[in-house]
Amino acid sequence: MNISVEARKAAPLLELKGISKRFTGVRALDHVDLDVRAGELHVLFGENGAGKSTLINVISGTFPPDEGTFRFDGEEIRHLSPQRARAIGISPVFQEFSLVPSLTVEENLFLGREISAGGVLRAGAMRKKARALIDELGFDLDPGKRVDDLSRAHQQMAEIAKALLGKVRLLILDEPTASLTERETGRLFELIAKLKAQGVGLIYVSHRMREIRALADRVTVLRDGRHIRTLDAANVTDGELVELMTGRRIDVLFPTIEHAPAEVAVDVEGLSLADGSVREVNFHARAGEITGIAGLVGCGKSELVRAIYGLEPVVAGTIRIDGTPYDAPAPRDSLKRGVAYFPANRVAEGLALSRPIRENASLTALDLPGFARLGVLRQGSERGLVAAAMERLKLRPPNIERPAGALSGGNRQKVMLGRALTRDLKVFLFDEPSVGIDVGAKLEVYEFMKQLVSEGAAVIVVSSELPEVLALSNRLYVMHHGRIAAELTGSEKTEQNVLASFFKEHLATTEAA
Amino acid sequence: MSVQASVPGTSTSHAPALAARPGIAASARGLVGRIGFLPALLILVVVGMSAADPQFYGPINILNILRNASFLTIVACGQALVIIAGGFDLSVGAVVALASVVTAKVMGLAAAAFPGNDALVIACGVAAGLGSGAAVGLINGLCVARLKVSGFVVTLGTMSATAGVALMITSGIPVYGMPQSFVRDFGRAQFLGLPTAIYVALIVLAVMVFVQRRTLFGRYVYAIGGNADAAIVSGVGIRRHLVGTYVLSGVLAALAGILLTAQVGSGQASFGGDRMMLQSIAAAVIGGVSLRGGVGRVEIVAVSALFLTILGNALNLLHIDSRLQPVFLGVIMVAAVALDELGRRRKSRV
Repeated sequence: MNISVEARKAAPLLELKGISKRFTGVRALDHVDLDVRAGELHVLFGENGAGKSTLINVISGTFPPDEGTFRFDGEEIRHLSPQRARAIGISPVFQEFSLVPSLTVEENLFLGREISAGGVLRAGAMRKKARALIDELGFDLDPGKRVDDLSRAHQQMAEIAKALLGKVRLLILDEPTASLTERETGRLFELIAKLKAQGVGLIYVSHRMREIRALADRVTVLRDGRHIRTLDAANVTDGELVELMTGRRIDVLFPTIEHAPAEVAVDVEGLSLADGSVREVNFHARAGEITGIAGLVGCGKSELVRAIYGLEPVVAGTIRIDGTPYDAPAPRDSLKRGVAYFPANRVAEGLALSRPIRENASLTALDLPGFARLGVLRQGSERGLVAAAMERLKLRPPNIERPAGALSGGNRQKVMLGRALTRDLKVFLFDEPSVGIDVGAKLEVYEFMKQLVSEGAAVIVVSSELPEVLALSNRLYVMHHGRIAAELTGSEKTEQNVLASFFKEHLATTEAA
Repeated sequence: MSVQASVPGTSTSHAPALAARPGIAASARGLVGRIGFLPALLILVVVGMSAADPQFYGPINILNILRNASFLTIVACGQALVIIAGGFDLSVGAVVALASVVTAKVMGLAAAAFPGNDALVIACGVAAGLGSGAAVGLINGLCVARLKVSGFVVTLGTMSATAGVALMITSGIPVYGMPQSFVRDFGRAQFLGLPTAIYVALIVLAVMVFVQRRTLFGRYVYAIGGNADAAIVSGVGIRRHLVGTYVLSGVLAALAGILLTAQVGSGQASFGGDRMMLQSIAAAVIGGVSLRGGVGRVEIVAVSALFLTILGNALNLLHIDSRLQPVFLGVIMVAAVALDELGRRRKSRV
């Protein structure tokens, strides 16, 4: 009995050897080896562009590798398709959701493997099975709801539920906690433990050290498409992992920022939004310091800065920029007033992926004389200004004519930041500045903020990552259910206090109810 | 049915603004919200026209409207399916013409070969007509799915080619020589006081509703139009389903062409055409089919086809210049798409 369990553990569930993949001139994977055992959680660790996504896509059959062998459960597998991968028990949960927005949760769960008889769907049987699965997972998810009516966190739950429908032997999770709350994350971790006990192998991609610490059995580090090393999670420190990943030493993740609070740059009084996501918020940010806004997913923190920039309709309250009232904000006017917004979703709201970096970086500044005169573009001048901005941001490779779609998450964020350097701005609104970018690029973004503050700009950072806002901000607001729950400065600015203010507010609301 | 279930839920966030001014406006909005904006418009036109011109509700006019709406519904059902899958079929009008002349021609030839055997002659003609539609649809589908050419461009090409072939077959002269029984006992026959075309359209509609809601094919068409990448990742074979939508659209357009031929009594290359194509797209779009794909139900498309037919009929009865009528169609189509877009924007952030 014991021996057979040992034997099963020893033989890897998935064994990749010498996997390579090229995309038009770019070597995304270069002879990568990976093995995942049954009942093991194997973390893939690396910067964006290191090849993690490509590797996951190869394993889930999205595209075939150019060379290398692929063994699953001891059997060599060729011509893997997404369909076949699912059939043999490889179940991926992608970061870019594989859900169809116009279908319901239930329809999405069964997409591609509907229960049917002679081409006719059996709705009752599917509904029953969907409910049973969602109940088992303990998710608070309505199977009859359309996916585009769900919040991101609920979409993530649907995505996970979809992966777990049917027989699963290898589960692939790509940053699964990115949009989950603490509680939902906790539930996901319980689920992971349960799956491990059932002998399911897991591949887990995350940039969050805390999760890697809590979950990983082994860690494989990738860099520039190459396999760097596979180590036991128990005998490695965070510093070593980051060093392996970046190939350089990173001693402190957060830079020391000298805040010099000056006059109030942004002042918000009694602000409420049309959709009720922000209610009667009073808030201000000074030039020369970083003002943080922390809160759980869906607390309204992101809507608050979006409203200041003019992306969310305001129903009540006043916004003042540099003391002058700013009615009916609109992005165009905001930029003219020196206010810039950096969206959390850089694909949806940030970049035109098919257009070159140059055009993307200059997009917000084309009304300035440096870029266009009488409606005619000045290309030479544009090229010079954008190249200078991208050089300052250390874009690698420094070719500004590449399409933005060819860039990694970190480089995309740099193109966004490049916009800030192409025109004169005073207020910077960062919405989840480090989502989806690796540690090296994070550091560069933080350094950039430090520069902005030292030049006397007002920086507002909205983030769901507590350590980030705690370390960066001089003053920290905590939002809860659309209201400001606390304002913390100096020594009050601790993780305990932030969590306590979520909790206190929660108690108050439950008592009231 | 669950697809629409969430809509009332999302509208609750706007409830406070509405509650502020209660009364007729709010209750009218509530009514429109429940039954949709299209039936409300339909009722408005019917009531208005009945008051304006008694000729409108005369039995001859009503049968005329229903017959024309049947042709349009059949074509629009196929068009809707193609658009839901994220495509476009501009060739439907030309397919109506091609199927008409092919059916008439083949029946003429078959009648010469097997004189007296009407059933066989009709079967040959109908099979050839539907086959010609399926063939055009297959070419459309294969070009879109295999060669990855956009549906708009492919069907623009086949529209031109198909119309050309239809003209070549007839040299512009109507094709006669079909068995009398086809025209008299089918095309112009009435059953329980209604023309046969209406029954055919109702059967097509019922089958399509079933296909959309209860079959794998219908589900995959929604999924492909909603997010093709997600469908691929989920293991849906999208090529054959795309081809399927175009073939179905071609066959349905051909069916409409055959019904028209049976009613008129001759095969003509002037049937269908650009007008039918534009109207089928208009019916789909006004009927709530999203041009972004993934959304739309054929039963509403049928209501919208009825509405467009009544509107055309009303404009004729009111003696409105026929050159002005396309302007009305254009305005209504743009308004429908704008409303669709407005609804989406309200919902976009949850």
